[in-house]
Amino acid sequence: MTTTTPNQGAPLMNASTQSHSFDLATAKVRDLNAALHALKEGSNASLWRVSNPRGLHALAAGLDAPVTVEIDGPVGYYCAGMNKQATVIVRGNAGVGLGENMMSGRIEVEGDASQAAGATAHGGLLVIRGEAGARCGISMKGVDIVVGGSVGHMSAFMAQAGTLTVLGDAGEALGDSIYEARLYVRGSVKSLGADCVEKEMRDEHKAQVFEKLKAAGLEGQVDPSEFKRYGSARTLYHFHVDNASAY
Amino acid sequence: MNEHVKGPSAPRTLPRESATFDAYTLSEIRRAAATGIYDIRGAGAKRKLPHFDDLLFLGASMSRYPLEGYREKCGTGVVLGDRFAKKPIELKIPITIAGMSFGSLSGPAKEALGRGASAMGTSTTTGDGGMTPEERGHSTKLVYQYLPSRYGMNPDDLRKADAIEVVVGQGAKPGGGGMLLGQKISPRVAKMRTLPEGIDQRSACRHPDWTGPDDLEIKIEELREITDWEKPIYVKVGAARPYYDTALAVKSGADVVVVDGMQGGTAATQEVFIENVGIPTLAAVHQAVKALQDLGMHRKVQLIVSGGIRNGADVAKALALGADAVAIGTAALVALGDNDPRWESEYEALGTKAGAYDDWHEGRDPAGITTQDPELMKRLDPEIAGRRLANYLSVMTLEAQTIARACGKSHVHNLEPEDLVALTIEAAAMANVPLAGTNWIPGKTGF
Amino acid sequence: MCGIVGLFLKDKALEPQLGELLSGMLGTMCGRGPDSAGFAVYGAGESGEVKLTLRAAEGYDFAGLAEKLGEGAEVLQRATHAVLTVPSADEAGIRAKIAALAPEVTVVGAGSRMELYKEVGMPTDVAVRFDLAKMAGTHGIAHTRMATESAVTTNGAHPFSTGLDQCLVHNGSLSNFRTVRRNLERAGVTIQTENDSEVAAGYLTWRMKEGRSLGEALEDSLDDLDGFYTFVVGTESGFGVLRDPIACKPAVMAETDQYVAFGSEYRALAGLPGIENAKIFEPEPAKVYFWDRAAA
Repeated sequence: MTTTTPNQGAPLMNASTQSHSFDLATAKVRDLNAALHALKEGSNASLWRVSNPRGLHALAAGLDAPVTVEIDGPVGYYCAGMNKQATVIVRGNAGVGLGENMMSGRIEVEGDASQAAGATAHGGLLVIRGEAGARCGISMKGVDIVVGGSVGHMSAFMAQAGTLTVLGDAGEALGDSIYEARLYVRGSVKSLGADCVEKEMRDEHKAQVFEKLKAAGLEGQVDPSEFKRYGSARTLYHFHVDNASAY
Repeated sequence: MNEHVKGPSAPRTLPRESATFDAYTLSEIRRAAATGIYDIRGAGAKRKLPHFDDLLFLGASMSRYPLEGYREKCGTGVVLGDRFAKKPIELKIPITIAGMSFGSLSGPAKEALGRGASAMGTSTTTGDGGMTPEERGHSTKLVYQYLPSRYGMNPDDLRKADAIEVVVGQGAKPGGGGMLLGQKISPRVAKMRTLPEGIDQRSACRHPDWTGPDDLEIKIEELREITDWEKPIYVKVGAARPYYDTALAVKSGADVVVVDGMQGGTAATQEVFIENVGIPTLAAVHQAVKALQDLGMHRKVQLIVSGGIRNGADVAKALALGADAVAIGTAALVALGDNDPRWESEYEALGTKAGAYDDWHEGRDPAGITTQDPELMKRLDPEIAGRRLANYLSVMTLEAQTIARACGKSHVHNLEPEDLVALTIEAAAMANVPLAGTNWIPGKTGF
Repeated sequence: MCGIVGLFLKDKALEPQLGELLSGMLGTMCGRGPDSAGFAVYGAGESGEVKLTLRAAEGYDFAGLAEKLGEGAEVLQRATHAVLTVPSADEAGIRAKIAALAPEVTVVGAGSRMELYKEVGMPTDVAVRFDLAKMAGTHGIAHTRMATESAVTTNGAHPFSTGLDQCLVHNGSLSNFRTVRRNLERAGVTIQTENDSEVAAGYLTWRMKEGRSLGEALEDSLDDLDGFYTFVVGTESGFGVLRDPIACKPAVMAETDQYVAFGSEYRALAGLPGIENAKIFEPEPAKVYFWDRAAA
């Protein structure tokens, strides 16, 4: 691990910020996570660069400090799992369960994300610039997910709260068994899951899409009016025998 | 000549009920026809099953000598989770409180469980709904369940826990998810679970971000990373294929394996699920222990057995078969006051009776335990109930010690399968213990 | 459950390194499957000849067996396995002779170019035992096993041979395999182990005997096999991939001008040359994929 002075070409950084590097070709994931977990609130060790991730798992998992971690390369499963407050940027693809159960903070993936991205996450913002695999936002509980490409099948399965904004298409069974989460898809939806229906896009929804796009740095690139809204028909909230085939 | 055999006074056969279409079955068919919905209830399998009652201890005799009570100590402590965790769990007694959710149980009930368990130096477990401050505050050792739904799951509570229990399934419904109906989705429960108030919760039966022991291994790695490798990780399965399930739990990195037999209770699920899926606890223990032994991991990865543990004899038998500890759920609730005859008139008003009440999903529990109703909840005083639980745990421990001493053991863990015999062929085969008075284990040894 | 890796080389210059690359990939998957490992490598072959991969107990005298089988039978031993090369026309006769003279020897695979090795043990150890790192070839698949419902035995290890130059590896758990097994046995296909993956391999073999191509047989399996699975099959000219419709078991692929690679996790691909610029994707559920040397 080395300490270097901040890069002059990064205008967003505080001049007194210290940056740390971690090379996972030689250092262990445990040491990286232990160092990140040891950060206290207000620490000025707020920028971490991680190189040679090579698909390793649980990188930057369980963070709870307002730091930025930039990972230079593809990550494995559960990167930034249960993230709180931190900003985690992956300059590559991400494996299964990216940002699973995130509570707050921001995760950005420049490439694609595998299955279960943002699974059960409660808050924060997850931005996937490429494609997301199956079950994106499964069981989400309040997170905002923005996907630049498409999402795979069973995305937003049992999604309880939060928003999923997809600039591309959605696969089969979108929003199956959805509760109160809001889904916005700009492209085509292969099929809708049980109790998920298209809903009217009113001004407040377009405003919400704009807000999410802006948070993801995508405002101006696409027109919020091009999105369709999907959500719960609320017919499965109480079991009724006539709906048995939907279960 | 034969007029007397006809007419109203002629002899008739007695009314004969069908064993197949018995009174209960007829009532269930009528109920299904009326409502169009499957019957939902709580508790575990209620039908008669081969169980620990079918096993007996041999006790001391000419070749074995007993320990005196009191001065000749019989140890009961157990350490769970020393395979990988920095802070294993140390229990004073080998009986823990099984996972039961806040949501299915009231807040005072969870508090009572915490008080009682802590008084006896053992642990409680959260359930499918997350950790409440009451429970963490009153439990000296708290195991945090990690379930498919992830209701209320958050890293702060994960870090506050003393151990983490990854739930693959439970004995009442191996392959089923949690169930909580609208009447118990109170404002507080709804907030914890991020659900609209008053709706029927639909529950996932698989974890959202892993399927299979190969991926569970990576998930366990993540949980350890998030908690800096401090806490033991348990893996809980409903008894279905306990040999393979235990082996796979070990291979995916578990510190402790929990096997829950079909008598294990649930807050609510379909009656047919409870009675027809999963195997009896008695049939599961030997299989789980054998898997650990075959991997050379017996006593290195600990085994907790649950599902119908009722008294110190059950505890001793589970330990004799090779378990490290047991967990109680239903029994703990009864100790708190569940199904107490003092509420008989109210049970009758609900269409049931004390001892049979299992419609816990309705949230109208007269004892104030399996309810979210503020008025009913007041009926449970957590301090008194906690004291009752502590008494019950104490009795079970003393009973197990008494039996262990009678078998010549200075620690309950020194009980072994050879201290047991079986009363029935089924029990002998399931527990891998000979039929009393013989050397016969069906399928294994000669008579 | 398990780990799967596969490598199909488009660039001939990499062929001498096939075994080394595959060995590295296999090593990363030890965690997913610590019980046993196996691999199939498609190397050199002579037209008119078939290679039978034999397996027997440690220390078996394969050279002695080859002599007994008569001239025209060359044998190359690697640990508990040996590759017996015989004229194709003699294959059936040789198999019968082996069954009669040496019932303790199992024929684990046959093909013009395919050699198949598998053993109980940590995958890295298994690879070393068979000297995988030195093998050359056009493509290969490998598997690390965490046994689910059957015993950890060599027979239970993957790959399972499904026909000449064909084999299957599987990650997942089939839920109706015992019924499929009974049907296969009635149809004359013998399954030796309690392993669900062997049943899948037997199923594909049976469909092909009934006249289906491998691709069609894989399509058929979507209807007839129930459960969770990622299948990778090796053929003389390439390899195929199929994921079940729910697609919970992982599958990652990488393609460059030099190769097409498969791994249960990206980690398995991370050491491949040029991986930084590879096209990385995940196969879609219920879709049969094929990479063929003729097409490459």
